[in-house]
Amino acid sequence: MKSFAYYPGCTLKTTGKAFEQSAFAIAKVLDIQMREIERWNCCGTVFSLTTDDTMHHIATIRNMIRVEEMGESEVLVLCSMCYNTLKRANNYISTDPVKLAELNDFMYKEELKYSGKVKVRHLLEILRDDVGWDGLREKVTNPLEDIKVASYYGCALVRPQGAGVDNLEDPSVMEDLVRALGAKPVNWPSRLECCGSYQTLANKDLVLERTEHIVSSARESGADLIILSCPLCEFNIGTRQAEVAERSYGFKGLPVLYFTQLMGLAMGIDPDDLGITDERVLARLKEKVES
Amino acid sequence: MIELGRHTKSRRDILDKVERISEVDVFACYQCGRCSGDCPSINLMDIMPNQAIRFLQLGEVEAVLSSKTIWVCASCFTCTSRCPKGIDIARVLEALRQVCLRKNIDQLDLNNIPEEERERYPTIAWVSALRKLSG
Ligand code: SF4
Ligand code: SF4
Repeated sequence: MKSFAYYPGCTLKTTGKAFEQSAFAIAKVLDIQMREIERWNCCGTVFSLTTDDTMHHIATIRNMIRVEEMGESEVLVLCSMCYNTLKRANNYISTDPVKLAELNDFMYKEELKYSGKVKVRHLLEILRDDVGWDGLREKVTNPLEDIKVASYYGCALVRPQGAGVDNLEDPSVMEDLVRALGAKPVNWPSRLECCGSYQTLANKDLVLERTEHIVSSARESGADLIILSCPLCEFNIGTRQAEVAERSYGFKGLPVLYFTQLMGLAMGIDPDDLGITDERVLARLKEKVES
Repeated sequence: MIELGRHTKSRRDILDKVERISEVDVFACYQCGRCSGDCPSINLMDIMPNQAIRFLQLGEVEAVLSSKTIWVCASCFTCTSRCPKGIDIARVLEALRQVCLRKNIDQLDLNNIPEEERERYPTIAWVSALRKLSG
């Protein structure tokens, strides 16, 4: 069994509970131990792009101290935005001894000084590089044959250079995952497009327009469902579909699942234990069982 | 009326600040327009990302600071990732936001968000919007 410090982030404890629940369910099958960091704090959700105020990274880096206190050297992250923020801040501070010392000085009340050595890893990377697609295939008891899946990367999982889990313009980790689950990845043009992110608060119409475009693109490419790895994308291109349907005549939505939920289904885990509530997905599964 | 192409002292000061905060040299831009081509927020922008960079080169800092562009950007890093000159446009826009926010001029008025909406928003949306759009 491989063990990791696990950083959940705020949203996986609130609107994104199903992501965490399904991740724990599949981790158990794969013998991955996720040890939740005690006293983790919000990472800040967005990496500060300013170069003149190191203090903006303090909340992010404090979590790295927590990881080292646990005796772990790698932290597993699920949420794409947390991953991006933690990874970029960690790279930025750890490769600059002056900034690292500055932050450690500021956190003088911490018993441990941060060494700069923690590795931030997304579950998708761990699946690809540690478990391996063959290892995963062995655990698939219910291959999702005939299900066509559009993998949605969005922004935080791949951009910018050096921050992502894969090649920034042509990633394949999610498609490879889909294949390992026995399902069919669809090739579609909008998989790297932004959903509008936090503009969901300030400019909701922008997000509705993005959602309509992205979901329709997946549909037109023949997808049965979309998978993703970000609770903000899930809200924007999942939950907000109902609002798009109200204003755009003829808009047909698609179910949106966290990639861990899809994995759970392929591993024969009960949809209830994966937090799957989408009626369309449940109906499709029922159909599959009956046939 | 703003005079085109004039780098007055106060404009130079703001440009210096933007360069200091972002560590990006806007003069490297050769106006290919790639950044604007893939921007998801372009429909809501009054000046396009490449125009914003051009205005800065010309010293037109007020036009950029008062634009909608810097506030509707979603920090998706598409422009940054694809600029053939390696210009980190997202960083320049963040510096411009910071120039405003550090004067305590917030862009997000939470009172404008209807109550029934507030209940549904994921935590991550609140934190990121507040970090980007308020000081
Ligand atoms: S992509 Fe780069 S070089 Fe081209 S217009 Fe935009 S900032 Fe300038
Ligand atoms: S980072 Fe901002 S300006 Fe650049 S493409 Fe994304 S939304 Fe547009």
